[in-house]
Amino acid sequence: MRTMRIPRRIGGVVVGTIGVLLALLVLGGVPKAGPPAGLAPAAAESPPVVAVAAAAPAPARSPSKNDQPTVQIGACDGGAPVEVSKDLKGKALADSLMDQWKRSHPEANWVTEEKEKHALKPPADNSGLLKGAQGKSHTYGNYTERDILLWARETEKFVAEGSRIFHSADLLGSEVAVSCDMCHPHAANTHPETYPKYQVQLGRVALLRDMINWCIENPVRGEKLAADSPTMRALEAYILSQRKGVPMEYGKH
Amino acid sequence: MATHKSVETKYLEERRQFFRGLRNLDRRSFLKVSAAALGATAGWATPHSFTPVTVAQGAEGATSQPAFRFAYISDSHLYERDVNDRFVRGLLRAVDDVNNLDPQPDFVFYGGDLAQLGQAKELELGAQILKNLKAPLKIMVGEHDWYLDMGQKWQELFGPPTYSFDHKGVHFVVLMSVLERDFWTARRMTAMERMQTVAGLDNGWQNPFMVGPRQRQWLADDLAKLPDDARIIVFSHSPLYKLYKPWNFWTDDAEEVQAILKRFKQVVVIHGHTHQLLTNRIGNIHFHGMLATAWPWPYAPEGTPELTIQMSRPDPFNPSDGCGDGEVHVHPDGLVDKVYSLWNRNPITVTRTYMASWGKQDVPPKPNRPAY
Ligand code: HEC
Repeated sequence: MRTMRIPRRIGGVVVGTIGVLLALLVLGGVPKAGPPAGLAPAAAESPPVVAVAAAAPAPARSPSKNDQPTVQIGACDGGAPVEVSKDLKGKALADSLMDQWKRSHPEANWVTEEKEKHALKPPADNSGLLKGAQGKSHTYGNYTERDILLWARETEKFVAEGSRIFHSADLLGSEVAVSCDMCHPHAANTHPETYPKYQVQLGRVALLRDMINWCIENPVRGEKLAADSPTMRALEAYILSQRKGVPMEYGKH
Repeated sequence: MATHKSVETKYLEERRQFFRGLRNLDRRSFLKVSAAALGATAGWATPHSFTPVTVAQGAEGATSQPAFRFAYISDSHLYERDVNDRFVRGLLRAVDDVNNLDPQPDFVFYGGDLAQLGQAKELELGAQILKNLKAPLKIMVGEHDWYLDMGQKWQELFGPPTYSFDHKGVHFVVLMSVLERDFWTARRMTAMERMQTVAGLDNGWQNPFMVGPRQRQWLADDLAKLPDDARIIVFSHSPLYKLYKPWNFWTDDAEEVQAILKRFKQVVVIHGHTHQLLTNRIGNIHFHGMLATAWPWPYAPEGTPELTIQMSRPDPFNPSDGCGDGEVHVHPDGLVDKVYSLWNRNPITVTRTYMASWGKQDVPPKPNRPAY
């Protein structure tokens, strides 16, 4: 038998090095070469948010001991003050502050993260609504860019929340550590466009939420959800959003 | 007072008993426990008239006897024993299936993803169950086995993930095809976060699978002394071609690996990961998927090869539908009949005649419920 050993370290970087890299960043501050952190081109695989976080200086505790004077800045959300190097100015300063804030609020970016992690489809683009000239004097239909942005943001957030639940056995309350994505990656085979339809095994016409509940109770082994519960609404939102562009075809098996 | 037990209470009681049975798993108690597992799975399912039938074979398939057979089991995705019993039952059922084959296969090939989150306890449980196979075991690694400790525990239990061996004139190669470039350092992930990212089929934070230059070199060296008409079967966890990148039904350096195999008259590649009936042919290379014992995957929205006759969409009312195990019948010419032994459905065989005729002869039955 011929064999080959695969090294435990692949891709050139080991987990153990993370600590070292971090330490270097802490001691060395902003890496010298390259454009300012915020302008660094984001590689296709690393989304902009993380590119910023990775290139910006790590929390600057040690610089004060490293004859790099720092200033303390109070956060406007009333949280703990942050320390930044006195030499930082303008955009670099803003990035550093933003980075530290993100680090202490890991949840802050969850919508963006969820969007890229699970390839969420964007809601419809409504910018065409800004072009009309009728009814400029009416309130209704007289939209601004802000309206359109707000709708998109809120809708995306709702869908992202659904995606987060869909992908989490814990949030689904599974007793067997099973989440929907295990059998329905990107919500494949959930076919929301085919509802209402007669489900033989349920012996009646079912709505999407009935099948969601069925899958929660059976393959996922969790508690059935109330039809108007926030969890059910979010799951429906995610499943529907993923079938964007597919024609409605109720009754299809 | 009448004592009423809810379905859930009964289930939990049964589950506790099941795991007590698992704790000291010797040969005799294994048979008992796995018989119970079979009963429980069957009991939960809607009744099906499952009878093993001989699938109609083309003229050639019927006359030519295979040189030998081996069985396969794949993708069990075991959690720790008290977290999820369903997946444990799946693997037990497969081991039972294979042990009941008469005559016994020459060996059993395990196709990877024994564990769900690469944890020592998951892998140990899997190893313990697989010890009950009567036939010798050959095993391949999957990404779920690897990315918690980068393969350390798996290698402790099963040895190097890349190897080759010869059996009755056929050269077998086992590859580790699920290497991913580092995505975790930049995101400062813990080992478990890395594992969970890889474990999410639709998690786009990971990178595409690859065999990598070192293994490709190893493969070229391994095959160097073989003549062009050698009979070769390669195992890879991911399909050794590019099907659908967002789910890593994909090997990024597939073309380079295929190039190494190109000079041979024919090569058979058998892969796991896709949990479904999957058939492809690229020139001289014939590809076959393996069924999972844990759950079936949907077909990808695009990229499914033309030669694939899909298995019917699974029944959500029966958790073992679309799962199974199977056999590979190796013929004297080195080509194979690939048997998909689907649980609670009739088995489906993709014959070498079907493959050799580019899908013209000996066509497997079409699905009643195709994907859409
Ligand atoms: C163990 C596997 C498994 C898990 C986990 C699972 N499902 Fe399913 N589900 C299925 C299968 C199989 C089908 C049938 C698919 C088909 O008909 O193509 C199905 C069908 C559905 C359908 C109806 C599809 C149709 O064609 O009408 C919906 C909706 C659904 N699942 C939602 C969910 C949701 C939401 C979750 C998580 C709470 C979930 N499923 C978890 C296996 C699973």
